[in-house]
This record gives sequence, structure tokens and C-alpha cells, in this order.
Amino acid sequence: MKVLAAMSGGVDSAVAAARAVDAGHDVVGVHLALSRMPGTLRSGARGCCTIEDSLDARRAAERLGIPFYVWDFSERFRDDVIDDFIAEYAAGRTPNPCMRCNERIKFAAVLEKALALGFDAVATGHYAHIVTDDSGHRELHRASDEAKDQSYVLGVLTSEQLAHAMFPLGRTPNKAAVRAEASARGLTVAQKPDSHDICFIPDGDTRGWLADRIAPEAGTIVDRDGAQVGSHDGATSFTVGQRRGLNLGVPAPDGRPRFVLEVRPRSNEVVVGPREALAVRELAGARFTWAGLDPVASGIAVADSTAPDAVAEFACEVQVRAHADPVPARARVVPSTGAAPGAAADADDAGSPAGLPSAGTLELVVTVQEPLHGVAPGQTAVIYVGTRVLGQCTIDRTVSADAHSDSPSDAVPATAS
Amino acid sequence: MTIYLDHAATSPMPRAVRERYVEALEVVGNPSSIHSSGQSARALLDEARARIAATLGVDPIEVTFTGGGTEAVNLAVKGMLWSRRAAGHGSRILAPAAEHHATLDAVQWLVDHEGATVDWLPVDASGRLRLDALEAALASGPAALLTMLWANNEVGTLQPVAEAAALAAAAGVPVHVDAIAAYGQVPLAPVPVGVSAVSISAHKVGGPVGVGALVLRRGTEVEPLLHGGAQQRGRSGTMDAAGAAAFAHATELAHDALDDRAAHKRALRDRLAEGIRDRVPEARLSTDLTDSLPGTLHLRVPGAEGDSLLFLLDQAGFAVSTGSACQAGVPEPSHVLLAMGVSPSEARGSLRISLGPDTTAAEIDALLDALPHATRQALAAGLAARQPRLGR
Repeated sequence: MKVLAAMSGGVDSAVAAARAVDAGHDVVGVHLALSRMPGTLRSGARGCCTIEDSLDARRAAERLGIPFYVWDFSERFRDDVIDDFIAEYAAGRTPNPCMRCNERIKFAAVLEKALALGFDAVATGHYAHIVTDDSGHRELHRASDEAKDQSYVLGVLTSEQLAHAMFPLGRTPNKAAVRAEASARGLTVAQKPDSHDICFIPDGDTRGWLADRIAPEAGTIVDRDGAQVGSHDGATSFTVGQRRGLNLGVPAPDGRPRFVLEVRPRSNEVVVGPREALAVRELAGARFTWAGLDPVASGIAVADSTAPDAVAEFACEVQVRAHADPVPARARVVPSTGAAPGAAADADDAGSPAGLPSAGTLELVVTVQEPLHGVAPGQTAVIYVGTRVLGQCTIDRTVSADAHSDSPSDAVPATAS
Repeated sequence: MTIYLDHAATSPMPRAVRERYVEALEVVGNPSSIHSSGQSARALLDEARARIAATLGVDPIEVTFTGGGTEAVNLAVKGMLWSRRAAGHGSRILAPAAEHHATLDAVQWLVDHEGATVDWLPVDASGRLRLDALEAALASGPAALLTMLWANNEVGTLQPVAEAAALAAAAGVPVHVDAIAAYGQVPLAPVPVGVSAVSISAHKVGGPVGVGALVLRRGTEVEPLLHGGAQQRGRSGTMDAAGAAAFAHATELAHDALDDRAAHKRALRDRLAEGIRDRVPEARLSTDLTDSLPGTLHLRVPGAEGDSLLFLLDQAGFAVSTGSACQAGVPEPSHVLLAMGVSPSEARGSLRISLGPDTTAAEIDALLDALPHATRQALAAGLAARQPRLGR
């Protein structure tokens, strides 16, 4: 096969490219230029997408004896990842830009260009693997437990995208093995530190970066009953689950710490409450995809005859962050009721074009067995069955597990982008 | 076997030049040393200087060797500006908007750090300096210098150097000409009246990389960029005798057969242009075939990325260029094409094909066989900025 190896300049993608070469494929290395104004040098272990990273990728390609090119996707990346990141925060949501990049850049813009230019597949250094079933259908699976499994950030890929994806590191037992292999292959990036941060915020200061792009506006911090308990300099700099930096003037009646429960960008309010109010028993999103065959075709669930394409409840696990543990859950696909109970809390948002799904739109609804903490609208919920990634949704709304949620104002509505 | 059609980037060193270079490298001695070894090296250097001067019709004392074309341009632009400013002529620079990056960046540096001002002069749709604009700029007030290309390095358009230099001379403004793309392709001698400095480079004519020269006419002063020994007029640093010898040999080869080589390249270039018109109707030619370097052809494919075209042709065994500089491989739409009035999106679909003295008709025909398919494939891949269908 003719394989495009996406080479970031890191050790994983270099070894992935090397393995694709070893497997006998006709491999071309491509470094994606995602920034118009790349820095010259990495600063410490942070960030990526510098000229130095591009040179590292080139050096690895030279070592492997494969052709190497730099493709500019900076404009696409700005529109689909950076602007999306800003818009999501501005809407009070918590996006995952790496996921967006896989969904819309690596396995969309890059893959489409690659296919048009005669490639058969795009290979990356992600830790996840693809299994092909007896009838030729592709499934996405977790990497081994010890490896830094990255199937979560690939959960957005559809069958069409998976059909041309290649993850040569998928079955590697652990990262140390990849570094050892890089070293044995004479790749200079063998000991290069991992990048942990958002690549377009190289200094790691997401708050500061956002503050430069979303004009902060002072507003109020309220409790769940709407009583003002403090003020803030800009609602969009808060994330659901955050505790620090609230500087509340009024102590909670019980004296216990309070957490951000909700960010309401329209009214510029931040809602706070006790930790238990963060616990979520249900989450749902209308923007969902299946990573391969859908659950009914996979024999995991049965169709729900009450609506076309609806899926009856089935057992699964759900993971809501890249490094979170998956938790047992039940999922179903049902027509949305149009608004969550109590969605009127920030009803002006729901009326926007980016509001909650209108009645009749299908929604992936996930009910967790034990209450789940740290779930914010905008995050992606990836559904697993065993090691298999079944699909995902972007979380539009959550339902609190707290007793207080009997009050109708407690579901967290959010805008869908 | 790769068919090399990127001679405007660098032209391969002919065997005879390579042999001369190696021979010269065997000569021990620093040309500035007083002993006999030093004198041997000095003899090589002086001989080379005289031979290069002869190709331009200037005196040897007017040739200062540099570490390449970029240094020559920087020395001319910065050195002349500093020198003219010291003499009370201010620090206003006149430069066409379609200059090479060596000039653009040197001028911009002077603006940013030395308080210089610049008038970027417009070019026409072929990338040629508009003399009416130059005239108006000269009439509008005193200027420290005019710097301009002899031939555009991307699209190949020859510039009205003699006319511009005459206008500048009448206004008492010295002129630097960046002749790096033109030297060895078209005759430059006699250097037109009014031209005070000319930059040239060895590797564009089959000499070594890292060797260039700035012609500084008598009476032209430049403030040096480099200090430390004053070995040459306007430049310090140990002189590269072997590099100079190889440069001289390469440029003599180019100049001995200048007309024949130009005719050969022009015939093939025109054959290529005609073939493209016939077989690649999606392409638009940017090069003015009547008044340009003989071996350069620039084209655009609207709706395609130049890097897609380059990739596909590279895979098919052809070394060509998108023609414009890139930072970390991020292609900027060429400022030359933008100055010519081409839209930024169309400028992204650029391809520059530049022929050498040994290019054959068979090679051009092979390229013509590969181009239609590559063009259609690159068009199918589209512009990188377009919204993909997948992942929505």
C-alpha cells in the first residue's frame, strides 16, 4: 500500500513510520504545518509544531530513507480546531482540540488530500489498534493496558475514516518499548519528551491564552438557587468542576468548598455548588458517531422500533476524558425531547442556533451506574464495549445525580456547536 | 533517474568545474599571507577575480567576493544605505514589490531597526517594474538608493534595468541590481550607466554554494557588514581562493556559450509552454515568454496547491519548484504573484520549471506526458483550506 506517515517530529510517529516501512508499504513522511507562525525552537518539554519539530520529523524520515514533505494545513487547523476551541469556551463548554484535530484534520483534510494524491492510508503514532472482523468490517480497539492507550481521542472516527487509518503502534506493550525501538533504529528522537499540552498553546497557559481571545466581562457567581455569592472577571475562564480561583465573598451555609457547576455565557453567570452537585447520572449528545458498524449491526444492541435509527438500551462503558477511567453505563439512542428537564435555566442559550437539539433529533443518552464526576458540556463521551470503541457523542447536557436535582433548574443545558 | 528542472534553485556543478575546484583546494595558503604559499593562493584568487570581472565588463578591483548571493545583496542594500545616510542623503529606499526575499528582508530590517523608509514600487502583470511609478517616486523627494532585480527569480521576467538606472542617475540616486537569477543566463555586460552595484552568485551558474560576489563600481562606497581584517573592499574575512577559482571556471563555461545555451533553453522552454497550452488547459502561464530568462517557466493551476503538484511530479521523477520561499515548509502565497495581481488562492497553485544547459527535448516531453495527470490529481486534492467532506 501507499502510506502517508504523518510525522509530528515525535518518537511515536517516527516509529510508526518505520514499522510501516518494515511492513513493506511504500511510505512517504508528511509533517503537517499547523501554525502560520511556528516558533523556532521547542521550549523545554512543552508544545509542538515548531520548526525544530519539523526538522526532527525530517531527520527521522531521512534516517528511514523515505521521501518527506511538509503540508500546510494551518488555515484548516485554525478554522476547525483553534476557532472551534475558542467558540466552545465562549459558549461555556470544554472542548478537546486533539480530538477535533483527529476528526477534522488528520483523518479528514489530510486523509482526503492523501487519497486524492494516490495514497491508500494515513498512518499515525497513536496507541490504538484496528481489528478487522470476518466480514471485513473494521473495529477500533484500545491499545494494551500498560501502553498509553489513545483510543479515546480517536473515538470520533467513522467507518469511512477508519477504512484508511493505520496505527502501527497499536499492539506495542508500552511506551518504553517504542523508545527502545527508536533508539535501536538510530532515530534521534528516541528520548524526545512527550508533548502534553495543547500544541497551539505552547506555554501551557490556556486561561491566559483564552483571555487574549475572548474579551472577559465581569459578572456574577450564583448558587443553585440563583442567589449571588460572588463576582468574576469573565465567565468563560471557568470550567465545570473547577474549585480554585472563585474567591467567593459569601461562605457556603455548610462551610464546605464550592465548585463550578455550570457556566452560562449568555447571562455571564457562573453557578457554584457543593461537590456532590457535580455528580452526574446521565449525559447526552445529539452529535454522535459510530466508529465502525453501529451497535445494532454489531449485534450489541437491538433496534428500538419506536423511531427510525433509534437503538434500545445496551450495556457499555463510558469514558469522558482522555485519561479518565471508563465506568459501567447503559446507552441508548432515542429522539430528543427537545429540551432537558429544567433547561430553562439559561433558556436564551437554548434558543440560539447552537442550542439544544430540537424535538425528534436523535440523541445518544448514557446513564452511568455510579455517579460520574467531572463531566462538562463540550467534552466527548466515548462508548466502549470491552476494548472496542463503539462510538461517541459530544456532551450537550447532563443530569445531576444530586438530590437537589429534583428541583427543575438543575439539568445543565449547553449549546451544541 | 530524476529529471532535474530546478536550475533556478541551484544548477549542478559540471565535472570540469568540480575538477578545477578540487585542484584549487589542493593549493595551501591563505591569500592574505605574505609567504609564497599565500601568494599561490592569492594568484588563484586574483585570476578568478579578473575572469569574473571580465564577464561583466568591469575592473577586477570592482569585484568583492562574498559568502554567497544573500550576503552580496545584504552588503549592497545595508552598506549603501548606511554609507549614503552618512553622506547626508537620508535613508529612503526605493524597491519594486516583487524583489527576492534577500532584498525584501534586508530592506524590512533597515526599516525596523535603522529608521529607514521604503517605497515599494508596483510591478505590472508580468512582474516588471513600472517605470512611471519609479519616475514618480524619484520626483517625489530624495532617495538614498534604488535596489532592483535584473530578472525575477520566480517568473523570470527581465527588468528594465538600463531605463531605471538612467532615471535614477538623473536624480542622483545610486542603484543596486540583484542579478543573481540573470547572471550567466543573459548577457549583463556592459553594466548600464547608473548601476553602482551588482550581486551575483556562483551556484546558480554551476559553481559552488557559499560563493558570491558584489560588484561595486568605482566611486561606490559601502559600509561593511563584517569587520575583521578588511581583506577586500567592503568586506572582511579570509578569502576563499578555491571557491573563487571554481566560480570563475563555472561562469566562464556559462559565458563562453551564453548565446547558444540561451537559444537551446529558450527553444525547449517555449516547447514546454506550447505543450502546456495544448495539454494542460487548466494551467495559466505567468511567464512573459518574449522578455524573460530563457530557461524559466512559471505556471499556476487555480484550485490546486503547488505543493501537491510538486509532490506528484517528484514522485514521478521530476524535480521542480513552487518558486516561492517557505518558512518551515509553510508555503506563503508568493509576494511576486500577489504583486502581479494574482489572487492569493490562485498563487497557491504555483509551479516553476527552470531548465539547464543540458536539459533535453526528451526530458521536456516526459514532463509534458506527466503534467496533465498530475494537474488533474492535484486539482482533485484541491486547496488545503477547503472544507473536507470527512469528519463532518
